Amino acid sequence: MIQAESIVRSTCPYCGVGCQVNLHIKDEHIYKVDAPFQVAPNYGRLCAKGRFGVDFVHHPGRLTMPLIRKDFGVTPRQPVGLEGFREATWEEALELAARRITEIHQQHGPAAFGTFASAKVTNEDNYVFQKFVRGVLGSNNVDHCARLCHAASVTALTIAIGSSAMSNSIAEMKDLDVFIVTGSNTTETHPVISTFLREAVVNNQAKLIVVDPRQIEMTEFAEVWLRQQPGTDVAIFQAMAQVIVAEELFNQEFIDARTEGFKDYAAAIMDCTPEWAAEISGVPAEDIRTAARLFANARTGAIYWGMGISQSVHGVENALSLANLALLCGHIGKPGTGLNPLRGQNNVQGCSDSGGLPHVFTAYQPVADDAIRAKFEQDWGTTLNPEPGLTVMEMVDAAASKIIRAYLIMGENPLMSEPDLRHSRHVMEQMEFVLVQDIFLNETSEYADILFPATSFAEKGGTFTNTDRRVQLIRPAVPAPGQAREDWAILCDLAKRVEILLGRPASIGFDYAHPSDIWQEMARLTPAFQGIDHARIQREDGVHWPCPTPDHPGSPYLFEDTFPSGRGVFTALDVRPGAELPDPEYPFILSTGRVLYHWHGGTMTRRSKLDDIYPDPTVEVHPLDADALGLADGQWALVRSRRGQIKVKTIVTERSPQGVVFIPFHFAEAAANELTLDARDPKAKIPDYKMCAVALEPV
Amino acid sequence: MTLTLTIDGREIHAPAGSSLMQAAQLADVDTPVICYHEATTPNGLCRQCVVEVDGWRVLAPACVTPAAEGMEVHTASERVTRARRTLLEMLNASIDLSQAPEIQQQMDDYQADRERFPGAERRAPAMLDDNPFYVRDYDKCLMCWRCVQACADDLQFTYALSTGGRGYNSHVTTFFDAPMPETTCVFCGNCVAVCPTNALISKTEIYLQQGLDYDSIRREKRNQRRAQDKKGGAQ
Amino acid sequence: MAERATPPASMQDYLAAHAHRGQTMLLPALLEAQKRYNHISKEIAAEIGRALNVPLAEVTGVIEFYSMLHDRPTGETHIRICESPVCNLFGAKTVSKTLCRELDTAICEPTIDSKYYVESVECLGLCERAPVMLVDDRPIGQTTPDVVAELVRRPPDPPSGLIRTGTRLLTARLGKISPTSLPDYEETDGLRGLEAALALSPMEVIEQVKAAGLMGRGGAAFPTGIKWEGAAQAEGQPKYLVCNADESEPGTFKDRTLLEEDPFSILEGMLIAAYAIGATQGFLYVRGEYPRAQGILQRAIEVFRSAGLLGANIRGRGFDFDIELRSGAGAYICGEETALFESIEGKRGYPRIKPPFPTQHGLFGKPTVINNVETFANVPLLFRMGVEEYRKLGSEKSSGPRLFCLSGDTFMPGLFEITTPITLRDLIFKEAGGIRNGRKLGAVLLGGAAGKFVPPDQLDVRLTFEDTRAAGLSLGSGVVMVFDETRDLRQVLLDLGHFFAHESCGKCYPCQLGTQRQLEILERLAHGQLLPGDKERLTDVGWTMTDASLCGLGQTAATAVLSVMEHWPHLFEPGQ
Repeated sequence: MIQAESIVRSTCPYCGVGCQVNLHIKDEHIYKVDAPFQVAPNYGRLCAKGRFGVDFVHHPGRLTMPLIRKDFGVTPRQPVGLEGFREATWEEALELAARRITEIHQQHGPAAFGTFASAKVTNEDNYVFQKFVRGVLGSNNVDHCARLCHAASVTALTIAIGSSAMSNSIAEMKDLDVFIVTGSNTTETHPVISTFLREAVVNNQAKLIVVDPRQIEMTEFAEVWLRQQPGTDVAIFQAMAQVIVAEELFNQEFIDARTEGFKDYAAAIMDCTPEWAAEISGVPAEDIRTAARLFANARTGAIYWGMGISQSVHGVENALSLANLALLCGHIGKPGTGLNPLRGQNNVQGCSDSGGLPHVFTAYQPVADDAIRAKFEQDWGTTLNPEPGLTVMEMVDAAASKIIRAYLIMGENPLMSEPDLRHSRHVMEQMEFVLVQDIFLNETSEYADILFPATSFAEKGGTFTNTDRRVQLIRPAVPAPGQAREDWAILCDLAKRVEILLGRPASIGFDYAHPSDIWQEMARLTPAFQGIDHARIQREDGVHWPCPTPDHPGSPYLFEDTFPSGRGVFTALDVRPGAELPDPEYPFILSTGRVLYHWHGGTMTRRSKLDDIYPDPTVEVHPLDADALGLADGQWALVRSRRGQIKVKTIVTERSPQGVVFIPFHFAEAAANELTLDARDPKAKIPDYKMCAVALEPV
Repeated sequence: MTLTLTIDGREIHAPAGSSLMQAAQLADVDTPVICYHEATTPNGLCRQCVVEVDGWRVLAPACVTPAAEGMEVHTASERVTRARRTLLEMLNASIDLSQAPEIQQQMDDYQADRERFPGAERRAPAMLDDNPFYVRDYDKCLMCWRCVQACADDLQFTYALSTGGRGYNSHVTTFFDAPMPETTCVFCGNCVAVCPTNALISKTEIYLQQGLDYDSIRREKRNQRRAQDKKGGAQ
Repeated sequence: MAERATPPASMQDYLAAHAHRGQTMLLPALLEAQKRYNHISKEIAAEIGRALNVPLAEVTGVIEFYSMLHDRPTGETHIRICESPVCNLFGAKTVSKTLCRELDTAICEPTIDSKYYVESVECLGLCERAPVMLVDDRPIGQTTPDVVAELVRRPPDPPSGLIRTGTRLLTARLGKISPTSLPDYEETDGLRGLEAALALSPMEVIEQVKAAGLMGRGGAAFPTGIKWEGAAQAEGQPKYLVCNADESEPGTFKDRTLLEEDPFSILEGMLIAAYAIGATQGFLYVRGEYPRAQGILQRAIEVFRSAGLLGANIRGRGFDFDIELRSGAGAYICGEETALFESIEGKRGYPRIKPPFPTQHGLFGKPTVINNVETFANVPLLFRMGVEEYRKLGSEKSSGPRLFCLSGDTFMPGLFEITTPITLRDLIFKEAGGIRNGRKLGAVLLGGAAGKFVPPDQLDVRLTFEDTRAAGLSLGSGVVMVFDETRDLRQVLLDLGHFFAHESCGKCYPCQLGTQRQLEILERLAHGQLLPGDKERLTDVGWTMTDASLCGLGQTAATAVLSVMEHWPHLFEPGQ
């Protein structure tokens, strides 16, 4: 038998569930991963990625040395492989990076920087990142991929109740009564959460309402499945609300005590009958009524959603339509209820919490708020920019128009994750300076001028915050490869050099001995974190913020007494068509998303054993469509949109409805975002990854 | 509410609803278990936890027997010891327990004769290697059902596994013995995590046991990928 | 994942009618598929699993659990040759060998033309006519090697339980009436018990059953009235009533005889019980090896239904009850009450851990009364006679008539009804005429495979619960299997060892492992190859099974072996 030399508790680096893992180490390798059965949020459960997919840590492609582009300074830049870089010392690479940043800052000012924080690195890394960008560069242009996933949910929930995080915890799931899952292929995107949801149905007689165009696995556990036409979500949920109002199934007491605008809202939606919604969505009116009654009559009702709701040109409206339902029935503010956007990345919650957004500091303290800004200015010893910065997609626009000239990218891969990649690449080619810190050379870092080798989750300490706001630790388990360093340490080193080159009289503070020092500083500036420190997490395995004091138990669920905005707000919604509808030339609707065995841009999973079980890019095609196209199962197909084309392998299945095809976005050789549309929700600026028009043909 | 019972002569006050095993813990008596696992529903399969209760015709499995007021329980009587020892001996004659350190310890504790049953037919099924993540070496399987339960209503709700056969030929099976990738398996490995004997073991671990280094293990994966591509099988 | 081929349309009709009931229809659907196609293909299994919403892996698990279900093709004609101890005494093994030779096949191999499939099976419950076989649905007794090939094509034996008895109460109608004729039944006091019971309140019915001292006849001898009372008072609706007709104990054929020749009396007993406990749905679970009994019972149920004796508002008494016939599929363990529930629920027939007991948490998790066939047969009799008269039968603690199944080297194999307690010696030598062929008695196996061997000098025990219990014996299911002095008990033990190893469900380790280890040693014993220490091994294995097994099967799997060891210790010395 293999005896572990050490077993290190950590947090899974993949999705937002934040599973606690034990890394079994021998000869400086993780040879086995398991999970403690007593510990939230996963109670011993893992999925294929967490248990078998962290071998990317030991992949020979890991970056081990600072790299400098051989044709440094040449524009337009082209993507290059490792052969296009030369190895450098940290001293040389950092100094060169600091000089270029300083030059651009001096020539073009703070607005010339577009920076990408990361949902994959720690809260501490992100805090230092935004401190550098805001405090040293004087820019608020810091954003991250949350913009591309849940920005619509954030915007909608801010309108409805004034807070955007998942309201209730994973631990409550197995005791649910009635719950809605919509726009979330939970078994593949949040596998471990899906087990608790299924447990509620199978073992505890909970009733599940699935609203999804695809026949996802959760439908097998559903009491009611509403299979709507893509892009018609608002109609369904507004009609459910209409039933609840018309049949007086709403929670009058809750509405009176906790909300405003009910009368106007009720009047505005009276014509949105199930029959009206049936016409738009193709879902039988009676099924909508059944779902509405089930949800309204529930002892507790919860709503879970994912990208299917938010990644849409009307993502904010989609999420608002869900918020309306919860407010109508009073299904929020109690255990087993709530508005629960399931967060994607392991630390997408934490990156936002740590200030990785253009308009807020840590825990959503607005940069435009003078008092808040003064607090940070005093602590850091500098003056800060009161103007909210640009979002991810706005930064692309600003770069296209030469306002932004340098990209600083930490652990993100925008050239896989952004829509309409051809455009994004074109912008990248024109940048004056691109600095990337990452663990692999990927589609984005191929454009870097300077590439810093960073440590993976297994080689550093710090905290991740999972989808239910639980702050959890990662710990160093294996040595960093070569000269790779922690992101925060790289940033501190870089920041201090830039400060000196800019001639700042004093540093705003980049001398941390350990990530826990960074957390202490962040907690000091953030009331919601003040009760949490690394030592406490070490003792308790994790703490749900908000947690204002050391003796506060943390907050598994929110809004028991009030909403951050005071009263919940109802919003009557219009139904608008999608940005690009199918036509004779591009007759299919394309939806994109994830599969169980891969992760986002594939940077990690494609370098893992996971790639063996799912090696090729695919497209799901309905059997009737496949017949008409002459496509057989397993056959390669060319998929074209007005923006690009990719070659993928056909899966003939009834999972996607007729007229709709589904393509996972993990495969660089066939990136789904070559096809997608750069159309955005007007409020949240989130692109629509779930609906554009494509054509298919056999290759 | 608490119950008062006697375990090995010691009076114990256990909360109502305790199992005899939980009550024994209160008396600082460790109960040996094989099939029991904190994350799976106890089924009283292995009977290694049996204890003797005064007035009872047969021994009681401590994991699933509710403690009751006034019970007189003996955890080390002759009948208990014989059953535990014989069970270990019979088990050791059936399967490969070399990677079950806890059971090895129990064999030492009960002075089990590892060669007690000469000529006994071992189950000895072939190792199943049909996916990139783990192998199923059922020569080590002692039918604790944990993997089946983990796959079903105790952890994963995926239902790829079932017990099959009957009696001594009981085994864990898939639908018509389908290879794992053709089943509903999602390779969560929750089954691997609860396996007490390494009958389910990750490939990395078994290759390390076989003496491969990490680089070879990684290349092994690539080889498989190529083999798969040649077959042209879509996943 | 590859798309599966479209399954043949032919199960669709069945599933369309039954799929809405879900997993409980799994075993019926699989039996139907087995019947239609002589096996259950992967495609059919998948079709059934999807329709009934049963995980496909579990479908395989269920197929593999029941020996009458096959996932590979068998033959158009399925021949089951009984190789239980009694049939083996009369040459069953030679019969099966001869048949295989004549059909040019082997056991469990279909013939090349797929016409025949020969299987050796455990007791078929036709022991009074040993050696026996079942050709598809046709029971055929007294097979011999020279005529076996011809017998396969022969019409079935006429029904006959070979009833050998003086006073006939339980067996009064057997062979005397047309079994499914309601007029015949009513002319022979049928339904009088029901009328008497319906004149009482449900609680009064239960009180009467308690007062009559009726003990369960399935083997465990639990007081029936207490059981009914438990279910009647239990929380939870609906309540279920189950008749355990999974008679599979080697040497037992009493239930089959009652079911085949007096089915209405069982239904009448169930009706009274249902009325007493407030059950609305009954299940009659008959072992798969009793196709003829199933056919007769199905007709009997239909006759009762058309006469308004099943269905809504029975006899205008405002109580509703119906009975569904269910077939077992070849698993002795399903005679264990909780395993039987699992089987009806569409699962592998694993016995459950008790508590909770069936009266609280039985079929589908609801309060359930489950009684044996003979127990139900006693119920109408009890109410017809009245408690006082009924109590005069049998003994103080063992009231009522009692059926015994004599088989083996007895002069008169068959069913005996005993109304006045007699000793085992008298039963064998006075009632049944002693031993065949003028030989001397060697041993008696009392109570079935789960019972004990009794040596000739210990036969003076009265056949009541209290007397046998005092003597350390058990009446079990009333089996009296007789062996003459020439029989080698080691061979009989080997047959029993095979039986338990084959029928162990595999759930708990003592039985799963112990029946196999026991069999291995019994093989050495029968072949004169005992190793040093084998006796101790057998003892340890035996007591481990007895003490530590989960259910009655494992707890009694070594009883016979240990009894031989006690009375004939010399057989276990190496070199014997």
